[in-house]
Amino acid sequence: MATVTEAPPLAPTPEKKPPRKRGRWTPYWLLLPGLLWLIVFFALPMIYQGSTSVQTGSLEEGYKVTWHFSTYWDALSEYWPQFLRSILYAGSATILCLILGYPLAYLIAFRAGRWRNLVMVLVIAPFFTSFLIRTLAWKTILADSGPVVSTLNSLHILDVTNALGWTAGDRVLATPLAVVCGLTYNFLPFMILPLYTSLERIDGRLHEAAGDLYAKPWTTFRKVTFPLSMPGVVSGTLLTFIPAAGDFVNAELLGSTDTRMIGNVIQTQFLRILDYPTAAALSFILMAAILFMVTIYIRRAGTEDLV
Amino acid sequence: MPVVNWLKRHLVVIAGLVTLAYLLLPNVIVTVFSFNKPKGRFNYQWQQFSTDAWKDPCGVADMCGSLSISLQIAFWATIGATLLGTMIAFALVRYRFRARGTVNSLIFLPMAMPEVVMAASLLTLFLNLGAQLGFWTILIAHIMFCLSFVVVAVKARVMSMDPRLEQAAQDLYAGPAQTFLRVTLPIAAPGIAAGALLSFALSFDDFIITNFNAGSTVTFPMFVWGSAQRGTPVQINVIGTAMFLVAVLLVLTSMVISNRRNRQKA
Repeated sequence: MATVTEAPPLAPTPEKKPPRKRGRWTPYWLLLPGLLWLIVFFALPMIYQGSTSVQTGSLEEGYKVTWHFSTYWDALSEYWPQFLRSILYAGSATILCLILGYPLAYLIAFRAGRWRNLVMVLVIAPFFTSFLIRTLAWKTILADSGPVVSTLNSLHILDVTNALGWTAGDRVLATPLAVVCGLTYNFLPFMILPLYTSLERIDGRLHEAAGDLYAKPWTTFRKVTFPLSMPGVVSGTLLTFIPAAGDFVNAELLGSTDTRMIGNVIQTQFLRILDYPTAAALSFILMAAILFMVTIYIRRAGTEDLV
Repeated sequence: MPVVNWLKRHLVVIAGLVTLAYLLLPNVIVTVFSFNKPKGRFNYQWQQFSTDAWKDPCGVADMCGSLSISLQIAFWATIGATLLGTMIAFALVRYRFRARGTVNSLIFLPMAMPEVVMAASLLTLFLNLGAQLGFWTILIAHIMFCLSFVVVAVKARVMSMDPRLEQAAQDLYAGPAQTFLRVTLPIAAPGIAAGALLSFALSFDDFIITNFNAGSTVTFPMFVWGSAQRGTPVQINVIGTAMFLVAVLLVLTSMVISNRRNRQKA
């Protein structure tokens, strides 16, 4: 499965040689079909969506552009809890993914030895079972009378999470904890793969050098390994946070009406309530919010050459 | 305190294995519950062992039909995205041209956009154009979001390629077409294969974008989503288990073959 590890979607790929110049029109012919596809089916829809968000009207009479910007204001004032929740859940899931994913990526990169490929296969293999089926399996795992809940209950962990508002009653299903747990599970491989790619590039002799200079293992990790794995951390957190913030599957399957995220709102507005302007405005706000956060984050992390 | 020391030394390994267990637990559940005989409509609670679902995997109305639609869409989306994406990747690595930055961001943005935003905006386009939602709109959407991943995968491979190999081929009087077919393409093949594989997996498993743009067409993920509301047949778990096993087997076989080849070379 080396093929997949070679291509983490956001791994930094430094430009080595300047591209050479050959046929003058060749690059344009090569680019034309694919770019046309992206322009018509990715960029153009964004414009249509922007226009839809400032339209007023009804399904029966049709919609007209009236520059009705208050749709944005109404949407935000009505659905800000869902927005906040999305960012909170996606943020928690991202942090959990980093905490859970780092040891596994480290294990594959440095400690797995001849088991490396097998572990790699095991990380990727779940992808081939539909993620909806796997998410439904969490309904069984976290079932009210199941072993997980009763263990948490007897260890009084549920009392703590109840107090924090992560769970309610003696159940985990239909609570924020279940949704975050599902999000973490679903996007964990997107954290592990970029982390692994950047860890694998680290020269093992650096660890030895740190050891020779009397650095304890923890110091070596803090001062050498972790800083060198930053590109992986940045692309991993992005690849986890962005899809998690827009997700509505986990909130729908594992949550309740109290855990609805912004994705759920957009989905119902578009497909059930058919209030297109509000849905388009919400989707636009989500896009703008994420692009804004991602830009700030990339600036602060200091890795701007992600593609 | 040998135990504490042992734990300290193997802390990373233990934590890593715990994560691996977390990743694989749902697959174990899916597999075990494919042998369940549930009482009600939902297959969430263990009742008793049965192989009924394995004997009759297509016993649920419409499920295998949706599976076949998903496979067809994934097949054509893979071909489309791999072709278009590979062309873009070659143009980006091999040529200098104007508006490179714009092209790069047009490829990066679909990967940095929450799926629900792309799904919703694509739906507004189709609604405005009055397009009939169904097989074709799903296929169009899938090619769109798979394309960027192919570009990244192929680009990485072509970039690490030694350009002197092509020069050598040309020095040996190979024409441009011959150089491309016999030198460039074989070297780029692993990248193209990775992109294609990724496209197939992404397209086959896509739910969010499909859900918005499918109309009344039901793909396999759409079927599973619907069944989460109506009742989950055991056959879903059979398909999930079978896909997992086939994938693992394919990967392990290819690993064994490439290991053997490497050993023969050495």
